[in-house]
Amino acid sequence: MRDAEFFRRWMAAAATAVEREADRLTELDSPIGDADHGSNLLRGFTAVRAALEAEPTDAAPGAVLQLAGRTLISTVGGASGPLYGTLLRRTGKALGESPEVSDEELRAALSEGVGAVAQLGGAAPGDKTMLDALLPGVAALATSYRAAGVAAENGALATVPMRARKGRASYLGERSVGHQDPGATSSALLLGALADVAEQAGAR
Amino acid sequence: MRMLINSPQTVVADALRGMAAAHPELDVDVERRVVVRRDAKAGGRVGVVSGGGSGHEPLHAGFVGHGMLSAACPGEVFTSPVPDQMVRAAAAVDSGQGVLFVVKNYTGDVLNFEMAAELAEEDGLRIERVLVDDDVAVTDSLFTAGRRGTGATLFVEKIAGAAAEEGAPLDRVAALARRVDACSRSFGVALSACTTPAKGSPTFDLPDGELELGIGIHGEPGRERRPMMSAREIAEVAVGAVLEELAQIGPADGPVLALVNGMGATPLLELYGFHAEVVRVLADRGVPVARALVGNYVTSLDMAGCSVTLCRADEELLRLWDAPVRTAALRWGL
Repeated sequence: MRDAEFFRRWMAAAATAVEREADRLTELDSPIGDADHGSNLLRGFTAVRAALEAEPTDAAPGAVLQLAGRTLISTVGGASGPLYGTLLRRTGKALGESPEVSDEELRAALSEGVGAVAQLGGAAPGDKTMLDALLPGVAALATSYRAAGVAAENGALATVPMRARKGRASYLGERSVGHQDPGATSSALLLGALADVAEQAGAR
Repeated sequence: MRMLINSPQTVVADALRGMAAAHPELDVDVERRVVVRRDAKAGGRVGVVSGGGSGHEPLHAGFVGHGMLSAACPGEVFTSPVPDQMVRAAAAVDSGQGVLFVVKNYTGDVLNFEMAAELAEEDGLRIERVLVDDDVAVTDSLFTAGRRGTGATLFVEKIAGAAAEEGAPLDRVAALARRVDACSRSFGVALSACTTPAKGSPTFDLPDGELELGIGIHGEPGRERRPMMSAREIAEVAVGAVLEELAQIGPADGPVLALVNGMGATPLLELYGFHAEVVRVLADRGVPVARALVGNYVTSLDMAGCSVTLCRADEELLRLWDAPVRTAALRWGL
């Protein structure tokens, strides 16, 4: 079972990963976007870290993710603010108010969160968006947390030959081909951070 | 990188502090990133609120004032503002007549304004939204996020603002704004990439002697790269592309409002020269220019290049265009 502390550690690990990779995310966003994905997520996750530190420690898992989601919506801007904010908020809502959740409940809640992202952004698999990492990642959660991290990473790599059909990269048409999608890359970081934290807690 | 800034992290706040100092007629909330005309609530008017990433100055904050925007929310550089800013702006300008959100068609702007509209409506405000999507360079728009919002934003903000100033109700202001967008098309070219403060180097590499056709306003490359052309040749391509799309929505020879817009680093000497070519191409095609505006209005940081926006304007739109306006960046008739 996973308690609120587990989810705090996940968000902290995500913040650390974003700090570490911010320059790379911005670099990936430069040829097909507007060169700010890393700095935007860094601002958001720094705020998430601060918000979670300021909150009482007995909050439920769902409350931790909802607070993180609201914080991202209020600080990131761009498309990634609402999309990542919705992902975490909806996942947190789906987890409900119970103080501990099972791995199975987490997987179901994340699926709901990813579904909400798909609905909000109107994207489908293969559109060269964060969904191309999130969907295979969450599907692989059935196997293990590490498998989810690896599948998301592979999903991000698989965006390289895709032609973007959503977001700002879509305006480039064929010229968007040959670049890794920055949103899929940061999504892989988020699931990779989950795998790290789960392994530290003794899960597969 | 050589930029006249303190740091990439403070660039937006620093600019807002300067704007506050230069324009005491504006209420500038530097921390919360909202710029409001001080008399926004005084007239019992419909509020007109816009916003978007910074780096497009004078859009949007430069257009806050009498006869145009009631408030603007600047985001980080090239990043849409967050819903909190828009909700705060709407509350600051609403006098019970409702608020129009002017939203450029970019995924981030659309999503954040959508969330803001929901939140403001929960607070009891009446909100209408108009989506600006005038850029003809986006082809296959069914397979993209749709046409981008660029130069027509200025036309929409000016005309909606004039209608609101006259006391038109919310649904009328919104309908006029949508009509302006529907009658406007734009095409942009880049002669250089731009440099965002966060990245510190040009967003794409454009070799000497080449140009990008069909760009947006975020330093992204366009649809096509070609060898450098003369102003005359560029005007033919740009105006031709715009007229081709305008022909699908109205009479081919009606008068137009014309905006020749600099992207930030192209001098007026060049923009006026280019405007002369735009007018010549339009004359060749029998299209009279009813009103024209030349200058840097919807920019992309330090990008060199320009865009052309044409709006098929009837008598009513021209009257509202001519109505008095007093903002930091656009003023006439007062």
